Amino acid sequence: MTQLPDGRFVDDAPYDPQASLLELERKDLDAPNWVLIWRKFKTHKLGLISGAFLLICYLLLPVVGFIAPYGPNQRMSEHLYSPPQSINFFHEGEFIGPFIYPMTSEADLETFQWVFKPDYDTPLKLEFFCEAKGYNIAGLIPSNTHLFCAPEGATLFLWGSDRLGRDIFSRILYGAQLSLTVGLIGISVSFVLGIFFGSVAGYFGGKIDWVINRVIEVLRSLPELPLWLALSAAVPSNWSPVAVFFIISVILGILDWPGLARSVRAKFLSLREEEYVRAAEMMGASSGRVIRKHLIPNFMSHLIASATLSIPAMILGETALSFLGLGLRAPAVSWGVMLNDAQNLASIEIYPWTAIPMLPIVVIVLAFNFFGDGLRDSLDPYQQ
Amino acid sequence: MEILRYAFYRFGTMLLTLWVVSILVFVIINLPPGDYLSNQIAELRASGQSAGVAKAEFLRNEYALDKPLWQQYFIWVGFMPGPHGFSGLVQGNFGWSFEFDRPVAEIVGDSLWLTVLVNLAAVVFVYVVALPLGVLAAARARSWVDYTSAFVGYLGLATPNFLLALILFYYGHRWFNLPIGGLMDPAFEGEPMGWEKVKSILIHLIVPTFVIGTSGASAMMQRLRANMLDELGKPYVETAIAKGMSPSRMLAKYPLRVAFNPFVADIGNLLPAMISGSVLVSVVLGLQTIGPTLLTALKTQDMFLSGFVLMFVALLTLIGTMISDVLLVLLDPRIRYEGRDA
Repeated sequence: MTQLPDGRFVDDAPYDPQASLLELERKDLDAPNWVLIWRKFKTHKLGLISGAFLLICYLLLPVVGFIAPYGPNQRMSEHLYSPPQSINFFHEGEFIGPFIYPMTSEADLETFQWVFKPDYDTPLKLEFFCEAKGYNIAGLIPSNTHLFCAPEGATLFLWGSDRLGRDIFSRILYGAQLSLTVGLIGISVSFVLGIFFGSVAGYFGGKIDWVINRVIEVLRSLPELPLWLALSAAVPSNWSPVAVFFIISVILGILDWPGLARSVRAKFLSLREEEYVRAAEMMGASSGRVIRKHLIPNFMSHLIASATLSIPAMILGETALSFLGLGLRAPAVSWGVMLNDAQNLASIEIYPWTAIPMLPIVVIVLAFNFFGDGLRDSLDPYQQ
Repeated sequence: MEILRYAFYRFGTMLLTLWVVSILVFVIINLPPGDYLSNQIAELRASGQSAGVAKAEFLRNEYALDKPLWQQYFIWVGFMPGPHGFSGLVQGNFGWSFEFDRPVAEIVGDSLWLTVLVNLAAVVFVYVVALPLGVLAAARARSWVDYTSAFVGYLGLATPNFLLALILFYYGHRWFNLPIGGLMDPAFEGEPMGWEKVKSILIHLIVPTFVIGTSGASAMMQRLRANMLDELGKPYVETAIAKGMSPSRMLAKYPLRVAFNPFVADIGNLLPAMISGSVLVSVVLGLQTIGPTLLTALKTQDMFLSGFVLMFVALLTLIGTMISDVLLVLLDPRIRYEGRDA
């Protein structure tokens, strides 16, 4: 590109009379689907930010032990209900790097509560890459190095401590491991069930369609929570936390599939009559092959978007169940289990920080909603 | 006449659905291993209290828990004679609560209509809030009204119900001196209906209604906004503006009517979620609805009680959906169910 003295721009490439005017656009039209989707998704700023945020969250899950200064169930029995401590940089106008003021506790004999006061005279510097309580990276590799931990002889409760003196910040990080994966497992279950029943009903039609449709109607007309409650009440109490976690996610998924199945069925009904399906059938493809190879890829992206939009419901469902004491149970840490502590007004009034786990819930749910909206909008790249 | 026939048909399908639901509920309440009585008998045996064992055995026999499961189901529903002849849900006998040692009907009693009341209030709230806000957001699309309502709507969807309940209760009490917990002043409990009692219930209803209705209202609002925006782009709207109709009259007269149908139909989709929400919120706020009863019943494996509550909740949703379907046909002359010939 050169600019002529009169200000016009001229292409340096030699003039080619054979070049097609459409070539540039053709390149656009022939780009693979995901390139087009990505190009459109990029313009959806809120969705992009939310997606990046969620990606970071999920990538951090295996290494939460490194970030968290304490273990999930590590108790500091001297510091029950300690209020949040802040990290400071300047002590009496002088920069000394990140430090905290240690908390001193004192019993208030009138209210019978521990009163915590920061000791403003002795700033203690935070330690970085220090060794403390051991944990496993991704549940496999043992390690005991933490990103930062409390200075000797002091505590580090960024978001306060709970009823048993456990660090809420660390517990939120560990809780994310369960709270964020519950939705993924649940949605996988619901995805498999929904696609299976939806495609069977839509492809074969007739009696099967009628039966599946009635089942979908019945399940959709029932309130979810009472059924979730009833099903999780049936989980034997002597199961291990891991087993309970899996069964709860499956329960969340089992009641979620009808919505998905319905949209799959509707798509199938319209696509079944297309020529390419007829052609595949003529060439002797089995029903399973037609469904898997020819029909489902057509609207997989659409399904993924709607699945993304129903993950938040599962996260909220897990939270509600655990909150009511019928979901995940004590040694397991999830945001719902933590909120169980904030169940009554008294504790919110006196120890407002016990309700902090609701922040990550709201943030994650919003992020999933925005991300799903963005995905849904960008899935049809040819539509302007 | 047509509408009556449709209503009748719809009622029939509802009964059928209810029957399927009853099977589902029965399976669910029988999922936990063992039943309340056999657990109790084992416990009593272990502690050597034979008198209790005898009573439990008697109850077991009385409620046919020693029969095979399928027979238990038919006896529970009332399709088959039990030890006392036909006496199941159909005949109005809701069973016996082992935990409270009283008939189920006596335990749920008042809370049934309070449940209906809470949910009704929430539905009304959804309409009252979503209708003006949705129309306003569409008419003033991409203005601060639109963005604010969208933001509040998203927050409403994302905040767990129960937390919203706790927080609103706290601040409602602090700033507006709203009462905390329950659905009426404790003084009125068990009292006959009176003006004072109604007033007390109404004041207590404010926060729960708000909490249960918020997520539904925001979903509804977004739907209405989208529908309205679709309609607002159509030529007839332009015509109406061109001939000089005032905007508010034009909105109410044309696009709103078209956008209104999905609005009514949607309540059928929203109702299950709202009733779910009301169960949860009732537990948190200690409302005297059947929510807390369900939770205790499930935790103590009190199967007849939890079975009845589940059935009632399902019935409530089904009736709500049915009403919304029938209303939709009344409202939109274009909708007819398939069975009708021209």
